[in-house]
Formats: sequence, structure tokens, C-alpha cells
Amino acid sequence: MEKDKRKELIVSAIENGTVIDHIPVGNVLRVLRILGLESTLDPIYLGANLESKKYGQKGIIKVANKYFKPEEINKITLVASTATIIEIKDYNVISKQNAVVPDRISKFVKCFNPNCVTNVEGLESKFDIIDKEDIKLLCHYCEKTTKEADFVFI
Amino acid sequence: MKNRSLVSINDFSIGEYFKILDLAEKFEEKPNQRILEGKVVALCFFEPSTRTRLSFESAINRLGGRVIGFSDAGSTSVKKGESLKDTIMTVANYSDLIVMRHPVEGSARYASEVSPVPIINAGDGANQHPTQCLLDLYSIRKTQGKLDKLDVAFVGDLKYGRTVHSLVIALAQFNCRFHLVSPEELKLPSSVKRYIKDANLEYRQYTDVTDVIPFADIVYMTRIQRERFADQLEYERVKNYYNLKNEMLANSKANLRILHPMPRVKEISNDVDNNPKAYYFQQALNGVYVRQALVTSILGLE
Repeated sequence: MEKDKRKELIVSAIENGTVIDHIPVGNVLRVLRILGLESTLDPIYLGANLESKKYGQKGIIKVANKYFKPEEINKITLVASTATIIEIKDYNVISKQNAVVPDRISKFVKCFNPNCVTNVEGLESKFDIIDKEDIKLLCHYCEKTTKEADFVFI
Repeated sequence: MKNRSLVSINDFSIGEYFKILDLAEKFEEKPNQRILEGKVVALCFFEPSTRTRLSFESAINRLGGRVIGFSDAGSTSVKKGESLKDTIMTVANYSDLIVMRHPVEGSARYASEVSPVPIINAGDGANQHPTQCLLDLYSIRKTQGKLDKLDVAFVGDLKYGRTVHSLVIALAQFNCRFHLVSPEELKLPSSVKRYIKDANLEYRQYTDVTDVIPFADIVYMTRIQRERFADQLEYERVKNYYNLKNEMLANSKANLRILHPMPRVKEISNDVDNNPKAYYFQQALNGVYVRQALVTSILGLE
């Protein structure tokens, strides 16, 4: 028990805010960007390549004083389907849940079709997520499917 | 349907499609009426087309409507770098409905979101061409008396042919059997086959068109499109793969009809044209009635 607690504290504990745990190795900064946290002024603690019982290695982000709406946080499942979202109040865990893949997603992934109107006219991309296991995005405009291997983040 | 755009074949329900097909039958009986009097329809063709543009024009003229527009983006402000949105907003000021063809995929969907008047997609790149699909459905129903339980063969370029994709998706709602005839490199993509599988319908794949002639109700021929090939060698290898000749139809069913979205090159010999089973010219004419039905429905005038 004591040992577990120490491990959690490798990256500083926060009094209030959100912890995003079990981020796949290499995607910590991407999650940060997707959540638009690059411009926030509240303290953020990042951990990468930490030891994880479940996954071998993991990344973690702790954001002080910030709570996310489900539709906001669920966007990260595109790059972090294993993520756990933990909300903290007064150093206590008040909720803990897995991120859920949303039905729709916009803005931060490019449509892979170079002849899609979003790329030609420089529009915000917009997708329906048609496969939630093996993530596939159906473009709202050109109706082509962008697969995970083709993801280019804006 | 009033004031709604038609961008993709999935935008309207089966019931709405039947309404359009029924109305098209009425226009076939009486194609010249004055119900579009006082209406202006803009035809914006950013990419060349013969049949689609002229059949829209004919459809509107026969109903007494007026047509404005362009058939080549080179003669418009697009050449000066105007955005698609600005062009559409401008044209919308001058018209009650916009029919557009554009080489960029998704352009019609985008136009329908920014335009204050409805948009009919007359082809957006390799993506959708719903009015072609409607006239194909009309032609099939007219020649077979129904749309379900038919053996429909698709022949040629099933990989890039957007008319094939739309028609397969539409017919997957009608309990048909699909016979997919193509060279190995031009098979129907799995993203389209998914619709057949999801509907639990049968499909078989062939390379030889003579295999399907004896039992097909519809043979839908397509052109192998040079412009879709990145590799010209691959095009050379498959371009003359199919050539339907009159003698090959000797053992076919009496109700068989040959369809083709046109233009054709060599995939149907000229000697088929006089066979009563050749239906592709009538099919192109049906496009006028279907487009009359669509335009009047969207303008709320039928």
C-alpha cells in the first residue's frame, strides 16, 4: 500500500484537478496538445516512460484546477485509448473512469485524402468515428476513411 | 424534400427516392410543362461534363425555368483565386437552386453548409454523383418493373467508378444479388462491399463477363477511366479488358438490359446498339425526367 502511494507521487500530487493516467508511451505531448493545455497557466505535471504494472510503461499528465467535460476529454482516445481519467478534490480521488471513444470528432486530425475539400480550402476537419476498436474516421465531407496509420495531427 | 440539398445518396430516405422516381414517371409522360416559370437555377460546372450539364439544362428549360452558370471554372473568378465559399455565396444571390460539379471531394457538402439556397451535387471528384444513381434506379425499375430480387452484374472498373459505388450502396437496400466482374486490380473496394455484407446479401466476383450473361437481369457496364490511374502501365494493361459484343448476348434472358453511365469507349461494341437489350441511350434520356422530378421537389413545386 505504502509502496503504491510512493509511486503515485513520483510526479507531484495535485490538490485539485485532473489526472490522465495510462497514456501510451510517446503520446503524452500529443494528449497535451489535443486538450489545448499548451496555453493554460495552471500548473501541469508531465511524466513519460514511467513504470506501469498494466502496460509496462506509461505516461501521465496532472493538470491542477481543471476538470474536463466528457466530450472534451474523450477526444484523447484517438491517441490514448487506454487512458484513465481521475478527478481529484482536496488530494482525494472523487472519480476514476476510462476515456470513451466519441461518435464524432473535429479539428485536430487531417483527412488523409489530399483532394478533400478540408485540405484544399483549409477547413476544419470533421469525422464520424465508424470503428471504435480499430479506430477509423469517416470524413463528413469527402466520405473517405482515414485509418490510424494515416493520422496526421494538425 | 423542399429546400433540402442532395449531396450524397444517403441524404434521402428510400421513401423519398420512390417519390422522386414516381414523379419522374409523370414527367416522362409529359416533359414539357411550365411549372418552373420565374425560377432561376444556377449550373456551376467547375469541371467539364456533357450529359449531366445538358440534361439538367434540358430538364429546367422544358419546365420553363431559366438557367445561369458556367461550364468551365477557367472563365470565372475562381481563376483569380476566389474561394469556393465566396463563389457559392455570390451565385446563391442570383439563383433559387445551385447545381454544381466540382473536382474536389466534399466540395458539394461544404457548399450545402454555406449556401442559403439548396445544392444539388452533380459530381464531386471521385466521391458522389447522386443524380446519376437516381436515374440508374429509375432505369432499372422501369425495365424490370421492380428493384428487388434482381441479379445485377457490374462490369469493368469497380474500384474507381463512383457510379458503381453509389448504385451498389443503393441496391443493397433492395435485396438484390450482386455479380462483380472486373480485372483483379479493379475489384470493388471493401468499403463498398461492406454495404452488401451488412445487408446479408449475396455477391460473387468474376473476371469474365460471359460468366454472368446467362442469368443477369441488368448488366451495368463501366468505362475504365484513364484519368484515375496513377500508373499508366497498369492502365494500358487493363484498358481493353472488356468488350461486349452483340453475339455474346445470344444466351441472355429476355428481360436483360445493358446499362452504361456513358461515355463509353471500347467496352461496348457498336453492334450492341441495335439490340433491344441495349438501354444506355434511353438511360441518359431518363436523366432528364429524374432531374425534373428532383428540381421541382426541392423547389417545392411538384
